[in-house]
Amino acid sequence: MRMLTCGPAPPMLGPLFAPWPGKAPEISSTPQALGRRRFLTYLVAAPALAVGAQLALDAEPAQALPGLPSLADLGDALILAGLPTAHLLVLEVTEAGRVVLQLPRVEVGQGLTTAMAMLVADELDAVLTDVDVPLSPARPELLFAQLTGASNSVRSLYDPVRAAAAAARARLVTAAARRWDLSATGLRTQDSRVIAPDGRSASYGELAVAAAAVLVPAVSTLPRPATQQRLVGQPTGRIDARDIVTGKAKYAGDLDVPGAVPTVVLRPPTVKGTVRSWDGAAARAMPGVLDVLAVPTGIAVLAETFDQALKAKAAVQVSWNPGPLAALSDTDVRAKLRAATAPFVVPPLLSLSLDAEFDFAFVSHAPMEVLTAVADVRPDRAELWFAAQAPIAAQQAIAAVLGLPVGAVKVNVVRAGGSFGRRLFADAAVEAARISQAAGRPVKLMWTRNDDIRHGRVRPASHHRVRATHLLGQVLTYEHRVCTVRTDFGHGLGEALTAAGASLPVGADAFSQVFFDLTQELPYELGVTTQLLTEVPLDIPTGSWRSVYSGLVRVADEVMVDELARTLGRDPVAFRRARLRDAGARAVLDKAAQAGSWGRPMPAGHAQGIAFHSEHRSSVACLVEIDATDPAEPRVTKAVVAADVGRVINPRGLEAQLLGAVTDGISVTLRAGLHLDRGAIREGSYADFHYARQRHSPLAFEAHLMPPSGPPGGAGELGVPAAAAAVANAYARATGTSPRSFPIKH
Amino acid sequence: MPTHQFVLNGKPVTVEAPADMPLLWVLRDKLGVTGPKYGCGVGVCRACTSHLDGEEIQPCVVPVGDCANRQVTTIEGLADGDVLHPVQQAWLDCDVAQCGFCQPGQIMTAVALLRRTACPTDADIDRIENVCRCGTYFRIRQAIKQAADALD
Ligand code: FES
Ligand code: FES
Repeated sequence: MRMLTCGPAPPMLGPLFAPWPGKAPEISSTPQALGRRRFLTYLVAAPALAVGAQLALDAEPAQALPGLPSLADLGDALILAGLPTAHLLVLEVTEAGRVVLQLPRVEVGQGLTTAMAMLVADELDAVLTDVDVPLSPARPELLFAQLTGASNSVRSLYDPVRAAAAAARARLVTAAARRWDLSATGLRTQDSRVIAPDGRSASYGELAVAAAAVLVPAVSTLPRPATQQRLVGQPTGRIDARDIVTGKAKYAGDLDVPGAVPTVVLRPPTVKGTVRSWDGAAARAMPGVLDVLAVPTGIAVLAETFDQALKAKAAVQVSWNPGPLAALSDTDVRAKLRAATAPFVVPPLLSLSLDAEFDFAFVSHAPMEVLTAVADVRPDRAELWFAAQAPIAAQQAIAAVLGLPVGAVKVNVVRAGGSFGRRLFADAAVEAARISQAAGRPVKLMWTRNDDIRHGRVRPASHHRVRATHLLGQVLTYEHRVCTVRTDFGHGLGEALTAAGASLPVGADAFSQVFFDLTQELPYELGVTTQLLTEVPLDIPTGSWRSVYSGLVRVADEVMVDELARTLGRDPVAFRRARLRDAGARAVLDKAAQAGSWGRPMPAGHAQGIAFHSEHRSSVACLVEIDATDPAEPRVTKAVVAADVGRVINPRGLEAQLLGAVTDGISVTLRAGLHLDRGAIREGSYADFHYARQRHSPLAFEAHLMPPSGPPGGAGELGVPAAAAAVANAYARATGTSPRSFPIKH
Repeated sequence: MPTHQFVLNGKPVTVEAPADMPLLWVLRDKLGVTGPKYGCGVGVCRACTSHLDGEEIQPCVVPVGDCANRQVTTIEGLADGDVLHPVQQAWLDCDVAQCGFCQPGQIMTAVALLRRTACPTDADIDRIENVCRCGTYFRIRQAIKQAADALD
């Protein structure tokens, strides 16, 4: 299959929109400025059809642009940052009849390749199985439009992908009309064919070459209205499901890159410890060992098999310098966070107040596939293969450590065995690049599970102080002060926010503050509301963990809301309902309450719990039932989720995301957390990092999707805060306790 | 280095390896069979789960020396040509997979369970230790029940 890029190589026809060589584009700050940017790029590399489409040939881009007054959401900011290059998509129809969308994102399990294949097939009237969605390598010209994160992929790709497919369809129809000397408007498309009124038909493959020569299509290139979508909204199985269940799906560690040798790294006992002295002689003498060398993160061992590498790793003699946190344990971190939490401004005078403090432990991403990267570094160039959420930032980082120009580093993006935010950072790829360079040979680097949990990134621990004041049953003020260990956003997100910064309704201070302000909004009317973030810098690798601040802040909020309701003698659903600002939000809450039979009598030790969350232009309510008859072994027995995410592309995929979010919520609320002991992470595998197993997962699960109410919202992270809080609230009600520290069983 | 002979997915193979080399690395690094995944290397996560003489094993903790002249089946050997095993089919029908990384192990575990217990109860299914970090457990449960019906 040919790769088409937007570089100068392929002949470009039509009104040309060239990438900006080496310099960032101006970001349009008004819809008007964007309106002037109406262009279409075709990328035509004979013999087959390839289209790179602007939002739409004739579409009004303004309708795809969030109005600035409503630009108060992280996704909008990221869409805005990516907009100047969002149209640089490559969609190709090959002579073999394959429809190929080069996806500038990564598939981590969220079902994006399936959703995008559905969009393309729908718009193009192609058979779904004719569509391939390979992952694009890093394409620096995409600037901010190649970042997988913030639940933003469907939101940011929905318009451009449909536009590209509509542009391709128009050219295929036009080519068929010319071939048959018929009017293009009389032709229709179905099942990857153009069909004439007289019954003649031609496959897309047959038409691909002629379609590539079509400059001005004779039919509309506008994407069809939602009412005419045929596949979008239909529950559809994953396009890669068969590969997965037969073991054919390839992850980075499964790739057969010539010469790439199994490689592991011996790491220090403490986080960020360093090598004082080492001796690799014994390891080098072991069978199959090819090299043993020092890198900044430890001692790398290269061998013919991973077994030999792992055994030799155990034979390396190292004396370590303790890491920077060697004096610190959980209690110290907690004390630092407490000390740095901002004070309240409202004194509890003339009113009653409810105060609560919450603590959240560090949590590992622990994706099922450990960090893995293949690197082939030569003196003048490098090529890498790994699962990258931010491949452009990774490419820059790798080029920098190798001392190579960015253009000499090729980053191939491979499907991920889960991510949850972990693969925003290319830690293993940077390390693999260094090792390959030092060893002078290609390597396949695998972090062990121990490496992943003890040296991987963590969801920052946090402390929360919340105060609500009330008088005569009315909530007057609501204050939430959160202090977290600083979250590292150094993976390109900060740059994207800065790029959009001119239009952001916040000052351009620390990225985390911007991120916090763009994502944290209390959905309830609770009087004068203030939320403040402070951060404690700590020399431990951190990163966004599915739902980022919301997984902390909104969980504390929802627990607090339940306690407020209890204090005021109100039912938790009725209390929320009366204070939710948005009618759509109330409908979602009602749906969960009704479908989950809120308030049904429960036996002793059992209880229901409910919580609500809105973010990413979507909203969700989660109702769970818990069996805590043995409070030491609570079991969520049932979960009912209602979600409004606007237009749903694949309901089945969305339900899967909600199911995963419920499992995450159960895990982080009840059992899954890390301990820091004198600078080292105590946990080392799933044996002690207690992510849920089958016996912790609900026996009944229902997802209810609200009728589409607008363009697609984000959904990948949405369910986590609501699920985590619903579990906490159910546990509190079942046990008569007030959970303050998460995970509860830590 | 000793050689080991066993039957892999229906075909005899001979491989040179130290007797204590875990089967997982023999499969992945020597034989290029990458369906069984590494997730921990210590028998905890079950991502590598395969079958030895039809019974569930974790190849990351089974030395290749233990497999001599026995039948090793990985996810690659489960289907009958193009015809999926009923458990694989149930996995498609229930659209179980998310990232997919744990699923070869989940499927091999489910097949072994259904061999031992034709109609597993929820309590039987609860005893499955395989980690799914994407949290697909509920769909796994559904798929096992569906496969049990299909195999009935
Ligand atoms: S890799 Fe074998 S059980 Fe985890
Ligand atoms: S599907 Fe991703 S770990 Fe199970």
